[in-house]
Amino acid sequence: MYDGMIDLFLKGIWETVVMTFLSGFFGFLIGLPLGILLFITRDGQIKENRTVNSIISVAVNVFRAVPFIILIVWMIPFTRMIVGTSIGVAAALVPLSVGAAPFIARMTENSLLEVPSGLIEASRAMGATPLQIVCKVLIPEALPSLVNCITITLITLIGYSTMGGAVGAGGLGQIGYQYGYVGYDLVTMNIVLALLVLLVFIVQIAGNYISKKVDHR
Amino acid sequence: MIELKNITKEFIGKERITTALSDVTLSVAEGKIMGVIGESGAGKSTLIRCVNLLERPTAGEIIVDKQNLMQLSSYELMKARRNTGMIFQHFNLLASRNVFNNIAFPLELNHTPRRNIEQRVSELLKLVGLENKAYDYPAKLSGGQKQRVAIARALADNPKVLLCDEATSALDPATTVAILSLLKEINKKLNITILLITHEMNVVKTICDEVAVLNDGKLIEKGSVTEIFSNPKNELTKHFVSSAISIQIPVEYRERLSHTPVNGKHLLAMLKISGQCNINSLFCEMEKNCETGADIICAQIDYIEGVKVGTMLVELKNNKSLNGNESNESDNESNDSEIQAVEFLKNKNIDTKILGYV
Repeated sequence: MYDGMIDLFLKGIWETVVMTFLSGFFGFLIGLPLGILLFITRDGQIKENRTVNSIISVAVNVFRAVPFIILIVWMIPFTRMIVGTSIGVAAALVPLSVGAAPFIARMTENSLLEVPSGLIEASRAMGATPLQIVCKVLIPEALPSLVNCITITLITLIGYSTMGGAVGAGGLGQIGYQYGYVGYDLVTMNIVLALLVLLVFIVQIAGNYISKKVDHR
Repeated sequence: MIELKNITKEFIGKERITTALSDVTLSVAEGKIMGVIGESGAGKSTLIRCVNLLERPTAGEIIVDKQNLMQLSSYELMKARRNTGMIFQHFNLLASRNVFNNIAFPLELNHTPRRNIEQRVSELLKLVGLENKAYDYPAKLSGGQKQRVAIARALADNPKVLLCDEATSALDPATTVAILSLLKEINKKLNITILLITHEMNVVKTICDEVAVLNDGKLIEKGSVTEIFSNPKNELTKHFVSSAISIQIPVEYRERLSHTPVNGKHLLAMLKISGQCNINSLFCEMEKNCETGADIICAQIDYIEGVKVGTMLVELKNNKSLNGNESNESDNESNDSEIQAVEFLKNKNIDTKILGYV
């Protein structure tokens, strides 16, 4: 180990955290509306629409089927178009967000399915518009479950981001890959692993705490 | 206030079409409480959901407060639904909101200013007697309290009509009584028209003015509660009525019961009372004419809208046999005069059924 290592790890943690949370954010920006659409267009739901439902469902399945490591490479042209480069944290954000979105969409749909249908019926009986049902009933009622969904997504993204590290995205993944895998430096590799485990624990504990806070059931 | 004309509702399945309602016509006058009773699967829930078009009937007309709901656009329908409150068997309160915000929910939907919401919600909390629970979450409340919150929520928009979908079916008997009396109070105080569906005749008996019996999607009988209770025509209606007013032969008597006359045993009869008869003087007259007294074993008499309705289990005892005369001859005689007493009661329009001898 040499002197710069501490700085290197700090930078790695920072990059991993930024990649995870930002791609989580963008993932939700795309995935949450998709999940809500998947739910409300289901048969018997407030905006029943088989065509829309099938289209989104197929798209989600296709993107979920692509292995992430391939998605990164496959998306390089698109990534270049958006952020101008295919290397570094900013470039990793694009495939990470796109990889997370369909996953989030399915989990959101599942969370909304847990909301008792009687609540939707009651809201309809009270004259709620579909938008009001989504914003005032579905999302608040599914919130504890949605928070859990965020937790799972973020943890998955920590894993994905290290995979991105292998192809030059930076973060702990890159350190682990370069020093640990290529350079076979066991100490560095294990430190990276320990830091990743720590990160996962922090996210999980925080997620559980928040989920419990918002749960009044 | 509510008029359902020739409502038919079919559910189209993959293999076949299920008819949930066929040609149901029903109307409820302003300020009245109408009960629709039926067994599970009779189409009650579908019927009540048609009234605010949660289910759109396949054919028919629905007129609520002079508005033909079937002709409204979805936006107008949304507005119209705000004139109709609804409560449910499983309360359907939002778990993410406390009591106050649950009641405020319909007011938020039509963008009532916050200040007015606060005032209205505290009025409603007072009406349903939950002032001290305003900031509790539904998970902490009992079933009865949850239904009170649901009632307050349904009333928030000052609706003219309240629909109750098996509102007391998930509650224990004591709470049921409390909720029903709250509904009655609301009906009287606010002159709100109530349509309720239930499978319990007791609910109908307690608060309804009128009742309709639904079976297999068809309306088989309707009328005022008194009419239906005192003179049910359809078999199913009779079954419902007797479920509300029913007595059972006590075990001791059942064991002793024989179907043919036996020496020393007395006639056991079931009397169905309906209308304005004076039971006491009736028995006095019977004792005079037939020398037979009536020993009431058990009875359930109800007073519904000025009429007595009920059932009585009586042992008819000839006076001679009571005097300790044990000869065979007088036993036959006493059985005869007990039969006479039964005839006497039948002539007086009391539905009398001989159950046997005890």
